[in-house]
Amino acid sequence: MKHVLESVESQFEMFQILNEDGKIVNKDDMPDLSDEELKELMRRMVYTRILDQRSIALNRQGRLGFYAPTAGQEASQLGSQFALEKDDFILPGYRDVPQLIWQGLPLYQAFLFSRGHFHGNQMPEGVNALSPQIIIGAQYVQTAGVALGIKKRGRKAVAVTYTGDGGTSQGDFYEGINFAGAYKAPALFFVQNNYFAISVPVEKQTNAKTLAQKAVAAGIEGIQVDGMDVLAVYAVTKHSRDRAINGEGPTLIETLTYRYGPHTMAGDDPTRYRTEDLDNEWEKKDPLVRFRTFLEEKGIWSEEEENKVIEEAKNEIKQAIKKADEYPKQKVTDFIENMFEELPHNLQEQMEEYKEKESK
Amino acid sequence: MAQMTMIQAITDAMRTELKNDENVLVFGEDVGQNGGVFRATEGLQDEFGEERVFDTPLAESGIGGLAVGLALEGFRPVPEIQFFGFVYEVMDSISGQLARMRYRSGGHHTAPVTIRSPFGGGVHTPELHADSLEGLIAQQPGIKVVIPSNPYDAKGLLISAIRDNDPVLFLEHMKLYRSFREEVPEEEYTVEIGKAEVKREGTDVTLISYGAMVHASLKAAEELEKDGVSAEVIDLRTVSPIDIDTIIESVKKTNHVVVVQEAQRQAGVSANVVAEIQERAILHLEAPVLRVTAPDTVYSFSAAEEVWLPNHNDIVEKVNTVLNF
Ligand SMILES: Cc1ncc(C[n+]2csc(CCOP(=O)(O)OP(=O)(O)O)c2C)c(N)n1
Repeated sequence: MKHVLESVESQFEMFQILNEDGKIVNKDDMPDLSDEELKELMRRMVYTRILDQRSIALNRQGRLGFYAPTAGQEASQLGSQFALEKDDFILPGYRDVPQLIWQGLPLYQAFLFSRGHFHGNQMPEGVNALSPQIIIGAQYVQTAGVALGIKKRGRKAVAVTYTGDGGTSQGDFYEGINFAGAYKAPALFFVQNNYFAISVPVEKQTNAKTLAQKAVAAGIEGIQVDGMDVLAVYAVTKHSRDRAINGEGPTLIETLTYRYGPHTMAGDDPTRYRTEDLDNEWEKKDPLVRFRTFLEEKGIWSEEEENKVIEEAKNEIKQAIKKADEYPKQKVTDFIENMFEELPHNLQEQMEEYKEKESK
Repeated sequence: MAQMTMIQAITDAMRTELKNDENVLVFGEDVGQNGGVFRATEGLQDEFGEERVFDTPLAESGIGGLAVGLALEGFRPVPEIQFFGFVYEVMDSISGQLARMRYRSGGHHTAPVTIRSPFGGGVHTPELHADSLEGLIAQQPGIKVVIPSNPYDAKGLLISAIRDNDPVLFLEHMKLYRSFREEVPEEEYTVEIGKAEVKREGTDVTLISYGAMVHASLKAAEELEKDGVSAEVIDLRTVSPIDIDTIIESVKKTNHVVVVQEAQRQAGVSANVVAEIQERAILHLEAPVLRVTAPDTVYSFSAAEEVWLPNHNDIVEKVNTVLNF
């Protein structure tokens, strides 16, 4: 009898282009990006780091609501989104607001999403995306459907979804990758492995050595990538997207990353399940630090430039919060209005009732 | 006696039964070292070890299936579903499997499982955390549904649930977790499942509710008293099966009833209560039985939660309608 687990598992190695010191370790796979594009990637990461800091501060002041911190995961989130086109469809999880923003969701709407206002979920025309999914795994099965739809329409696009290491335990995860594989549908399944699902470490999540290897059972490509290396994430996404569009099927992409902050701002205390040593170890791999070093050595980035981005981010955030503050208050009649195309009798009655309540 | 919040009383009940019965197992997402996202299992893994109190991988259907299987092996599982809005992921294990175990095996197998889960509005959670979905499970024959409104009941009911040889869904209203403390005996005691409690005696109208709405009803009763109206308040405590006797006795006394639930109006527990009353006591009624509920939309986006959720003013208004019929 032949045992294959060990040999299969050992084939999954982390793909990397830029190491922790900002040095290229894999020239062959270096993506073909112009200096302007490289700078834009950096700009987005810096901007998103500031957005995270401001969001946490606003949350603490009671001015934001639900928020899942993103610092540490910029390369995974933005490197992947950077390889997408407008026509691609994103099905994000609750931590994936940055991808939506760079795909075109206005910042003030992201804030309204946090505040539990449904305008935050109303994607603008031309932004192909769902609002962040709360039910872990649901977005994975739906992605198979969107991807099959894209294929049936003959569009040159992909469906893209994100979950975390914890999400890979859901039945929906397996169903999603298997369905997409069975239909050879153009889908990209991201797993941002930040090693913890709230408090549960990934070793307790599964006996599998890597999460990427779960692709094997579904008969699709799987790859593990350094999720702190924005060039590697970009390159893998671009490559997998091209394959998907060429009819070569979906890919499962595991990005190895870390969330510096708490799980969400609703009372999670990471010191209960993570050590300071581990935090420090990961901060050494920081995606911004290594990419900054790389760009500076190339002579296309400077502190001055970075400060400009920071100022710009702070300004835009301030304006977006103001716009969110000024947006019309959420009403129950809005909810009733949005239940059906035509309101049934019970909701017609309740509409009158709540109109009266809201007029007081 | 000690002063406890509802969440402390719940932890205490689990500790009591983990001590009493080595077959009791507590598991779910983040319930181990982290003590649960609300700290309901705080300290239990330290005290009883990882064999008895443990984290599961992230999958509600997995947790449900694990509970069914462990019950078949003679254990008494107490799984946690982190928020009850995630119940759709585990519906088959609950309604399709646990609730039917005794029935489909002709009594050969049982399913002494207690599923604990937080729910309830007013704490500004994201989607699918706060929904009142008790009606969904109350619709399923073969499983009991318990919802405490205070620390004392929470401990006594949870101990009863864990000792029950049939499956019980134990729903914990998040708003009540830490909103107040009360005297809770440190020793073990039980509160009978299926028994309502008259929380306040009155003669003019009966308010029937459960969970957080018991407190809204009590507040309404205080307001009504200022206008000379004497309201009786009943806490159902178990919404499946319903304690008909306590309800009918009160109806015979007050002849006026308002049923209050946080859930939406369509179908649901309150409709069932109204049906039972009119079938059994219609000649004792001087007015139609009215309901106070949330509107028939999906659960509110949190920005409008305060308006969407029923409150004591809505109850006072409905009582006045009933009394002036
Ligand atoms: C179906 C479902 N179960 C449980 C939860 C509660 N929950 C929210 S996030 C989380 C952990 C997720 O961890 P992971 O998938 O690793 O993603 P991360 O948060 O680390 O990005 C849990 C258990 C949920 N939102 N949906």
